[in-house]
Amino acid sequence: MKINVLAFGVAKEIFGTSQVSLELTNDATIYNLKYLLEQQYPRLKQLASYMVAVNNEYALPGDTIHERDEIAIIPPVSGG
Amino acid sequence: MPNIQILLSAEVLNIQSCIDWIMSPESGGIDVFIGTVRNATKGKTVFKLDFEAYEPMAISEMEKIAKQALEKWPVQKVLIHHRTGTLQIGEVPVIIAVSAAHRDAAFDACRYVIDTLKQTVPIWKKEAFEDGDVWVAAHP
Repeated sequence: MKINVLAFGVAKEIFGTSQVSLELTNDATIYNLKYLLEQQYPRLKQLASYMVAVNNEYALPGDTIHERDEIAIIPPVSGG
Repeated sequence: MPNIQILLSAEVLNIQSCIDWIMSPESGGIDVFIGTVRNATKGKTVFKLDFEAYEPMAISEMEKIAKQALEKWPVQKVLIHHRTGTLQIGEVPVIIAVSAAHRDAAFDACRYVIDTLKQTVPIWKKEAFEDGDVWVAAHP
């Protein structure tokens, strides 16, 4: 399945764009997604940490991704 | 919810309207935290801050924090307003306001809201220094 990944803050600079498209297997997890992204964008591994959100909620590494989910990369937040 | 007000805005935040909304006849006091843009970080001059938000998730995370504050303390209303875009020194990126019958709950809830916002709400700030821009907290 093809999924779109939104990027914010420093992740947007690492991707060079605010949205990237990826091809994942149908039962892919957040862990699989992070692995693939880190292969394509090694600078992600230099971040203090980063989370993945699925449909506006923080996701866990074992969570499964579904087609049409809204996926976002959440680098360390710094609001306030 | 009638006792929660959340706003994420590119416009200047209005401190007085926050105070007007949070006050109520049942309140014995209100607690207001106003964040302001500081002119330096670790001794380096800062010229401005840029705030970016993942808007739908930022709003839903702010709503969660406000609901948690209402559950954890006997407070009457919780307000969270946050700016996006470019802010100059002295401008206001965030306002937290809480009303309660007694001050302990208002102080504790207000502190919880701003501390938790800084940990969980997907908003990012970039500091502009003389020698370049840096996303805050991105790197160890």
